[in-house]
Amino acid sequence: MPITVKTFASLGEAASALASDRDARFLAGGTLVMRAINEGDTSLSTVVRSTDRSFVEIRPAGARVTLGAGVTMAQIMANRELAFLHPVARAVGGPAIRNMATVGGNLFAPSPYGDFTAALLALDATLSMQGSYGGRETPLEEFLANRERNSGLMASVTFNRPATPEAFRFRKVARVKPKGISILSIAAHLPMKGGRVAGARVAYGAMAPTPIRAKAVERALEGRALDESTISSAIGAAAEGTSPATDAIASAWYRREMIAVHLKRLLAGTP
Amino acid sequence: MKTPVQFRHNGSDVAVFVDGGASLLMALRDGVGDTSPKFGCGQGTCGVCSVLIDGELHLSCITLAESVAGRSVETADGLKAGASLHPLQTAFMENFAAQCGFCTPGMLMAAKALLDRNPAPTRAEVVEAISGNICRCTGYEPIINAVLAAAGNRQRA
Repeated sequence: MPITVKTFASLGEAASALASDRDARFLAGGTLVMRAINEGDTSLSTVVRSTDRSFVEIRPAGARVTLGAGVTMAQIMANRELAFLHPVARAVGGPAIRNMATVGGNLFAPSPYGDFTAALLALDATLSMQGSYGGRETPLEEFLANRERNSGLMASVTFNRPATPEAFRFRKVARVKPKGISILSIAAHLPMKGGRVAGARVAYGAMAPTPIRAKAVERALEGRALDESTISSAIGAAAEGTSPATDAIASAWYRREMIAVHLKRLLAGTP
Repeated sequence: MKTPVQFRHNGSDVAVFVDGGASLLMALRDGVGDTSPKFGCGQGTCGVCSVLIDGELHLSCITLAESVAGRSVETADGLKAGASLHPLQTAFMENFAAQCGFCTPGMLMAAKALLDRNPAPTRAEVVEAISGNICRCTGYEPIINAVLAAAGNRQRA
């Protein structure tokens, strides 16, 4: 089926084009949409693109960082002010994929993909969606809960810079290294105040149809020192609220067993 | 409807007509006639279609052809200089890094992307650089050795 490609200078025009055509899909890095085209996805008749500069801009100022939704994993790895995100960006695909895959695209990546999104969840991200009549802000968690039904065009993502470099932790568990698909991934932001966790946010990738927050784990950590008894109650709650898939990478049972093991290592700071 | 796309291909200006939604891989193979990038998975998973766009490694099968308008695309076909092989090609030959050869053009471009930025990589850096390229024949060791050998030769030259 022939596909119409429409390229716009501004995100606003691109958003209008998307809103006016049910079968239009926005194309950024191509790692999801071009795959669908190559597979012969007939639900897609129009591809919308934008050359808007703001779409690929990194604005790292202050306590909140903003990334244009078209920023690639390689751009993040090349930015010194985003050092805390380098291990996360490096966990995505191989070198070529990292030159193409975008922050915005990762938010749509089906499980077991989407490790970067788990990190954004832990950093309390808010999405800026461009509609045909102006923009609106959506918390990432809300966006993920309705992922297939969201409308508009993702313009940028804004999230917390970790309180300290040690406060942010990330690990991706894969059988193949250096480039493997996730069995699971865990991201945590654990700011400490007077030796106690204050404002814990823990998120999982590949443990549900979309990345999710591990709220039972957050409750077990909040207000406590990161000692053995706290870690033990946190890992007791590790699999709560998860609904992992059985796929070619791992079974749901295995993922539920492994999440406690790796959460323990992440919290204890052991390799 | 066909759309015209102009870009630099291995240093020469080319113009091709592409179908809507066509990949850069199809533009190169069917339009330009450069069959060095291969069609493997069509899903960005195997790396045999790897090319450099403005010096950066990309997978041409999941790159929209129109997105390279005005940019520079390098493929394995452009590595040779007349009758002389590129040092990477020579090293691949001497280290028996090609068996069936289907992954070789992609491996060469991934290796070139590495050596262009990091002329003296460690073994771990070579492994990382070719981690998006699948080889089902060699078990990777001869390929890794070839890239390291090419880096050594380049330093001596």
